[in-house]
Amino acid sequence: MVQVRQSTVIDAPVDDVWRVLRDFNGHDRWHPAIATSAIEGALPVDAIGAVRRFRLADGGELREQLLSLSDDKHTLTYCLLEAPLPLMGYVATIRLKPVTDGDGTFWEWRSEFRPPEHCREELTALVRDGVYRAGFEAIRRMFGGGGRPPLRSASPTTSPPIDGGEEAPAARSGPSPVPFAGGQEARARPGSFPLPLSGGEVAREARRSGGSSADKFAPPWQGSAQPSSANATTRAIVVERYGGPEVLEVKDIALPSPGPGEVLVRHTAIGVNFIDVYCRTGYFDLLTPPGVPGMEAAGVVEAAGPGVDFSAGDRIAYAGPPIGAYAERRVMPAELLVRLPDDIADETAAAGLLKGVSASFLLHDVHPVRAGQTVLVHAAAGGVGQLLVQWARDLGATVIATVSGDDKARIVERLGADHIIIYTRENFADAVMRITGSRGADVIYDAVGADTFAGSLEALATRGHLVSFGQASGPVGNWDIGRFASKSLTVSRPNYGHFTDTREKLLPHVERFFGMLRQRRLMLEAPTRYPLANAADAHRDLEARRTTGSLILTV
Amino acid sequence: MTKVYISSVIDAPAADVWRVVRDFNALPDWTPFAVESRIEQNQRADQVGCIRNFRLRDGGVIRERLLSLSDYDLSQSYAILESPMPVENYISTLSLTPITDGNRTFAEWQAEFDCPPEREAALMQQIGTGVFLAGLNALKQRFRR
Repeated sequence: MVQVRQSTVIDAPVDDVWRVLRDFNGHDRWHPAIATSAIEGALPVDAIGAVRRFRLADGGELREQLLSLSDDKHTLTYCLLEAPLPLMGYVATIRLKPVTDGDGTFWEWRSEFRPPEHCREELTALVRDGVYRAGFEAIRRMFGGGGRPPLRSASPTTSPPIDGGEEAPAARSGPSPVPFAGGQEARARPGSFPLPLSGGEVAREARRSGGSSADKFAPPWQGSAQPSSANATTRAIVVERYGGPEVLEVKDIALPSPGPGEVLVRHTAIGVNFIDVYCRTGYFDLLTPPGVPGMEAAGVVEAAGPGVDFSAGDRIAYAGPPIGAYAERRVMPAELLVRLPDDIADETAAAGLLKGVSASFLLHDVHPVRAGQTVLVHAAAGGVGQLLVQWARDLGATVIATVSGDDKARIVERLGADHIIIYTRENFADAVMRITGSRGADVIYDAVGADTFAGSLEALATRGHLVSFGQASGPVGNWDIGRFASKSLTVSRPNYGHFTDTREKLLPHVERFFGMLRQRRLMLEAPTRYPLANAADAHRDLEARRTTGSLILTV
Repeated sequence: MTKVYISSVIDAPAADVWRVVRDFNALPDWTPFAVESRIEQNQRADQVGCIRNFRLRDGGVIRERLLSLSDYDLSQSYAILESPMPVENYISTLSLTPITDGNRTFAEWQAEFDCPPEREAALMQQIGTGVFLAGLNALKQRFRR
């Protein structure tokens, strides 16, 4: 075992140095050896267990995992998962302490690893000089030690990402390539509710229906229609590059007139969903900049193209790709629209259609829930979760709900959950077995992914069904399906599009959902409203989990 | 619980600084505030549990018990048994860490204690500046290269 221990003093307050070093994905902006870096699986940079995949200036690729992070002790520990060099068992710790006499920072960087004997000296020197001392020097320069400014711009306009979307790291377990061009703020949070859309397939779907983004400004939101008037425009929120909420900018964009099978829609309320964040950051490649995010809205038909049985003034709503809903007006294929009954408000549809249709096909098609069955709903206080709890109860099932804390427990209690498990306090699989007298759940709706998948398998009854419809905490990894034989388990990974991509499939779910609302058998929390121009605020609040219930943009 | 934390950089190898501060009976040798010190009951100065009894420049007497001493971590901690200050549950730690860059020493001196709220600010000042910072500054002077 080799131990490397290096320390220095930086002439800057400890909080300032810590702000730079605690960003587990920020090292490409200060360490001279690192060219690009991205966090896998859309985890936040401070999620314990987050994995950074980064490329060295010389081309080597490494993966490191965050093992601990303490903002009060100013320490972080990480280990190496993959590297082109034999740094076996490499675990490193960064520790900062204030030097009160002069308001400086003591910085210690140390590690242990087991190198092969023949390259022990070489690797030790590499870590000591090439990694730690070079890092010290760069941070010292950053904080005014003179020389060139070490903070390399993260902006794609001045420094295009080397491994952007084109060069997908193949054969990894992660989701679609993660072209984080925008910087470290653009990351999804785990536990925030994902939408029942799986990355790849929906993305291809959207690209197919969206057309080519190569045309300079005939991007996906235009559909196939041709502009009839050269200067028709609409106000929209445009993402010109992937990044944080600040990349959501108000712009006037060209608005075509509706072609055959299309209608021109004037939006009144637009749903904000977590998938929009994934579009904005590039985590899902549904949006190729420049593009308009959003895939749920309600409004009024302004004009109809040939062969369409909608007419001006009809109230409509839609949920699903193609993206482009964050706009005052847009052209949509008529077959994707549903008519809004008089008693369903625009805001209700904009806030609930996607979630309601999802809950409907999950409970009726993916696994038809029967009276007397035991249903486990993860993240039950989330958007789809709240609907699943109420609806499964309505179908006569016994509902067990998992939530992260007391506030959310109160929400799902009001919705009628029979049993509530606070998974941060107890092992939910054990709790399910206790509640069900060791029988297990008949069906589990799980959009949490990595954190819950194994426990969900444990919590299932014999011949139980795990419906995995999202991965807020990351991909579930590889599983040997032979193991499912021990309980004859079924595992489903439904894709929203496959249950809703024709009117025949979609309309029964819409009607069922509206019917449930009408009969007050489903309750929707009143949505939080933001003006369209303030879409960035809505994203900030959604990502910070400051909101419960749905968010909408009003026009 | 009140906390006081003072740290500084001393321009000498940690082993050299440690040799000075390790001696629990040596406050008069390296600090400006202590004038006389003895270890009670004829115990060794590096025996954990020993009590140092020292007199301050202003005449006050302090008794402190050595709680821990580590030649590996270069750290020592001690508790106040008696002092002129209105503190209770006073535990202090003095520790050194090598700074490889320049072969220097990062020295930390900290304490936690309970005291009457109206005396807290004055005590923090007295202990932080009058004792810890004064002690570390004396070390800096001593090792000035």
